[in-house]
Formats: sequence, structure tokens, C-alpha cells
Amino acid sequence: MSTPLEQFQHDAAQVAGDGDQRQFLRSSLSGYVTTRRGTQGRFQDYTSARAAAAEIKWNAIENLDKLLPQFADNLEARGVKVHWCRNGDDARKAILGVIHAHGAKSIVKSKCMTTEEIHLNELLENEGFEVVESDLGEFIVQLRGEAPYHFVFPAMHLKRGAINKLFKEKLKSADTDDPEQLTMIAREVLRQKYLDADVGISGANFGVAETGMISITENEGNARLTTAMPKVHIAVMGIEKVIPKLDDLALLLPLLATAGTGQHLTGYNSQLGGPRQAGEVDGPEEMHVVLLDNHRTRLLADQEQRDALRCIRCGACLNVCPIFKNVGGHTYGTTYQGPIGSVITPHLRGLSSWKHLSDSSSLCGACTETCPVQIDLHHHLLRNRRNSAQKQGGVLESLQMRIFSFVMRRPWLYGLGGKLGRIGHVLSRPIQGTKLDPLYKWRATRDFPDPAAKTFKEQWKERRR
Amino acid sequence: MSDHREAILGRVREALRRPTDPHVRSTSAPATSEPRAWLPAGGDTHDDRVALFAEWSDKLKTSFITVADESQAAGELARIAAEEGWTSVGVHTDPLVQACTGQLTVSQLSTDGGYDPAELEKCDAGITACDALVAQTGSVVLTTASAGGRALSVLPPHHVAIARRDQLLPDLPSAYELLRQRYAAAWPSFMTIISGPSRTGDIERILVLGAHGPKKLTVILVG
Ligand code: SF4
Repeated sequence: MSTPLEQFQHDAAQVAGDGDQRQFLRSSLSGYVTTRRGTQGRFQDYTSARAAAAEIKWNAIENLDKLLPQFADNLEARGVKVHWCRNGDDARKAILGVIHAHGAKSIVKSKCMTTEEIHLNELLENEGFEVVESDLGEFIVQLRGEAPYHFVFPAMHLKRGAINKLFKEKLKSADTDDPEQLTMIAREVLRQKYLDADVGISGANFGVAETGMISITENEGNARLTTAMPKVHIAVMGIEKVIPKLDDLALLLPLLATAGTGQHLTGYNSQLGGPRQAGEVDGPEEMHVVLLDNHRTRLLADQEQRDALRCIRCGACLNVCPIFKNVGGHTYGTTYQGPIGSVITPHLRGLSSWKHLSDSSSLCGACTETCPVQIDLHHHLLRNRRNSAQKQGGVLESLQMRIFSFVMRRPWLYGLGGKLGRIGHVLSRPIQGTKLDPLYKWRATRDFPDPAAKTFKEQWKERRR
Repeated sequence: MSDHREAILGRVREALRRPTDPHVRSTSAPATSEPRAWLPAGGDTHDDRVALFAEWSDKLKTSFITVADESQAAGELARIAAEEGWTSVGVHTDPLVQACTGQLTVSQLSTDGGYDPAELEKCDAGITACDALVAQTGSVVLTTASAGGRALSVLPPHHVAIARRDQLLPDLPSAYELLRQRYAAAWPSFMTIISGPSRTGDIERILVLGAHGPKKLTVILVG
């Protein structure tokens, strides 16, 4: 088995080398940026909206100790069973327990990254249940036996031809390259599932403490059907999703849509608080909310980085990230890809195996600039690097740093180094790009420009004159 | 089965005992504290709102129809029924819905008091009232209480929402204010804000309507 780092390097090289795929990724992401810019322009004051959203989420995180019990108590008052789960094991047990208690056979799911985190589908399938993902993108990657490529656009890496081939093979559908017809094929398959399924599993984008409701954002209506038709509804939600007030949604929902998909509001934004109440004509008989910690409290304990818990999973930071654009989503090997994934994965799954994600960053700050709740993403990547260096900086690394600081503190030595470097650069010309080149590894994939005609120090001296 | 409420809350409290590092607590305060001043505009007068709702409807591919009164609304419904060859529709008991569907000659399935999901699935349209329309986003706000349950507005392939003139609100903050006034004593189990028909862009980011829910959304504003 390869380590996450080896897997990352291998996959990154492969994806980055595939010009076609990269072009495809790039063009879909640039389309997104254009739409988003337009939508953002409709805000009267987008900057203040972001600041206010960041503030709401800050307060939520800093008051989790009060908001979580308030949220749970309000849900329970409305007949919802709340399951507090410390980790994936607890959550899997709780969910299986509910499913068994109902003698359920078939399960329909609407998109929920938290269940990816705990590998729920795998478990349920191994236990012999039929589990169908109802979000179109998730449905496609599920048929392919793959993880989502992007936590907002799970099948964004696939062209219609590949989807056609997949559907023909797995669903015996007619040959078509038309996205509309492909969508209708999935619609037909899933329609019956909503009616037949015994249990519907969904995620939650927000948990409203004040009223005891979860809020689900979607475009397709699959989450609405998943939570309306089966007789049991289980919502799986990370503990960081709690917000104080219902009215906060008036700001958070449009921001999530704008940053996430470039829409001004997604197709359906639903708030659910409980199973069918007296006097209601439909809805599930039972509702369960699975509240998952799974190392979120470990991140909360980090005074410097806890603000990463503010993330509303809009996916915007992935869409603008030069690394994501080049290596693609699967390369990360994580539930959450892109900058936010690189920031939180080391907390959720261990720094030593996942610190390489923080090294794979251009630190350009595009993610921080785009984040609707102002998470300081690129500085967190730096902090992860610092933390990992402090924890386990290698001997070689510390030797290098010592030499570096020795040289930097001696201007004459620094100047000499520069001169030697220039000479070396010229002398090495004949072997540049060949295996004899000591910088081969670097130069094989990068340009190494000629140094400027004059160094900064020389220019400085001249100007002073 | 053991429940880990106290274990998790204990960890949360433990973590929060240490305050956030002031260096990273750097949210810049918004210029004002009034969300209306930041969000997209909602329209000052009723006419502004109608125009804005129409603009968004166009973008969202909602068909937005304004009529003077209920009998005109009924006429529009009859026209659509004929055009699309409806044979059955889902409805619920609501004065506005009843006034507008009175002339429909197709069979009607009412969700009042429960219904057979397979039958509702076969209906050509679901016709519902709503709680509000939102000009700022071109949305329909409805709840299980106002719109005949959860499924009527999402299971049939065409959702027709009917609203009265005074239900057209400027923005989302006013919509939540209204919901609070109306339901805070007993919240319905489901509320939703609908913006356009069901849609997806999962295949090459090309917009397709009717992914799982209604392929068509018609909003009729009466008065
Ligand atoms: S970190 Fe910010 S930009 Fe990235 S997904 Fe989370 S909220 Fe969106």
C-alpha cells in the first residue's frame, strides 16, 4: 500500500500530464468564475455581506457549547431522535440501528459529504442493503464506484461521452450524448426509488439552534423527495454546522449559492424540523439527526485554526485554486478536496500523513480571497507547514535551515553565493534538461529563467549614487 | 445504545475554555448591521417587485403570470391544462387554489388527509398556494401548512404556485420575518424556498431542467 503522499505525487503527475483533462477542468471552472462574478455584482455590498457571514459563523463556533444543546433540545421537543456520535463508528452504529429497527431494505440518499467521511455507503452495501445516491453527480460517481471528484460538483471530471458509456453499461440505456436525455435516464431510475425506499438519508448544510431545524440546499429536488417520501428520514450532520438563528439563513443561503455555484439562490432551500406533525398530510413518521464530532472538537481545540470550522462547504476555494485546477479532485485522496481539504484533513486524519497537502500550495491567496466566510485559508496552509516542521522537522531540513540562516546573516557570503550561482547557471547551459543536470528534477517540469543582469544590491548601490 | 452527548459537549467545552487567538479573529465588521443593505436589492414598490420577480423568473425559467383576479387565474390554468393535455392534477384545500381550479375539467386528487403517493406521482401537475413570493430572488416560499404537504409541490412534473398580490415580498429577511410571525408558535415540519424548476448542471455544467423535481414551475400572481 502506498502512503497518501506517494499516492498524491503519482496521481498529480498523471492528471497534470493529461492535457485534455486539464483543459476540460479549466474551462468548466472558468465558466463558473464568470457566472459567479455576475451574481456577486447584484449584491449591494458583497464585502459587508461576507464580513457579516463570517461574524455569524465565528459566534456559532465560539458558542458551540451553548448552541449544540439548544439545537438538540429543540429537535427533540419536536419528536426528532438526536444521536450524538463521537466518531465514524458511533455514527455507523447509530444509522445501522435505525435501519434495522425498521426492517428496512432499500435506502435512498441525497448528497451528504459527512457520510462520505464515515464511508457509510460501503458499510450499508456490505450489510446487504440497496443504497442509491439520488443527486445526479453522486449517482454517476456511485455507478462508477468512485469517490466524488469535487464536494459540490461530484462528477465534474466526466464528459458526456463517458457518462453515456457508463449508463449504457450499467443501466442498459439507449445511446445518447445529450445531457438532457442522460439526466432523464437517471430521473426515471430514481423516481421509483423515492417511492419504494424505506429510509431516506440526507445531509444538512446548517442546523438552526433557535428553532431546531436542519437546512438543506440543493438544485435538483432529490433531497426534497428523499426527505418527503420514505417513512424514516436520517440526517447526518457535523457539529460545526449549527447557526444561532433562523433569520441568519437570509444571509447565508444567498452567500452559499453565490460562492458555491454562482447562482443567486439554489433551486431549493428547505428547512426541516421533525417528522410529520399532527395535522400534516405527509412526511416521514420518524426523523433522526446524527450529530457527528469525528475530530471536529480536535480542530476546535486549536485556538489558531478553529476558524476552519466556519466553512460552509461552498466549494469556491477549490474552483479558484491553481493546484486543484492542475491535479484534480481525486488526487487529494480526501473527503474534502482543495484548499479547505488541505487545511482540515491533517486535523481530521492526522498531520504526519497529510501534511503534504499543505505543501502543495502556491500560497497565492486566491482561496482566502474567495471564501464567503473569510477563512484565512492560505495562512492556515502555512501554519500546517510550520506545525509539521516543529513536530517532525527532519535532520536534513534543519541543517538546510541552519546553513540558510548562516548565509543570510553574512552579506559577503550571500553576495558570493549569488555570483557563484550566476557562473554555475551559465556553465551548466550545455547540460540543462539532461540527466546530468544537478537541477534536473526541478528543470524537467519548470523553467529556470536566466538571472537578471544586475542584482538588487548592485542596483541599490547605483541608485544611491 | 449509549449516547455520547456529554462526552462530546465535554470536549467542546474543554476546547472553548481557551479563547480564540486574537491574531486570527480578524473579521472586519460590516458597514451597517442591516442585511437589507448588503443583499441584492428587493424592490421598493409593488411594481418594482413585480418587475424584479419577472426578471428573475426569466433567468430561472419560471413562467410568471400576473392576472387581475381569480377568474382570470382560472382561465390561465384552463389554458395550460389544455395546452399540456393534463388529465389529472394534485390540489389541496385552500380558498385561492379552489377558486382557481374550479373550472378545471380534469380529475383532481386532493392531498388533504393523506393520499396515495403512486397516484400523486401520476398527476400532471401539483397546484398549490404558498406563503410568499420573494422579489429579490424570484422565489416561492411554502410550507407543509400552506401548500398541501411536502410532496404536492415536488412530485408532479409541473408545479403551479398561486399567490395573492400582498404575498409578494421584497427580500429574504422579510420572508423569514413572515414565517416567524405566522408559525413561531408551532413550526411546520417542512418549509422551503423554491427558485425555479428543478435543475442540474452536473453533466458538463450544462443546465437541464427537471432533474428529479418539477420540470416546470408556473407562478400566478393574482391581483
Ligand atoms: S473554505 Fe470557504 S471557500 Fe472553501 S469551501 Fe469552505 S466556505 Fe467555501
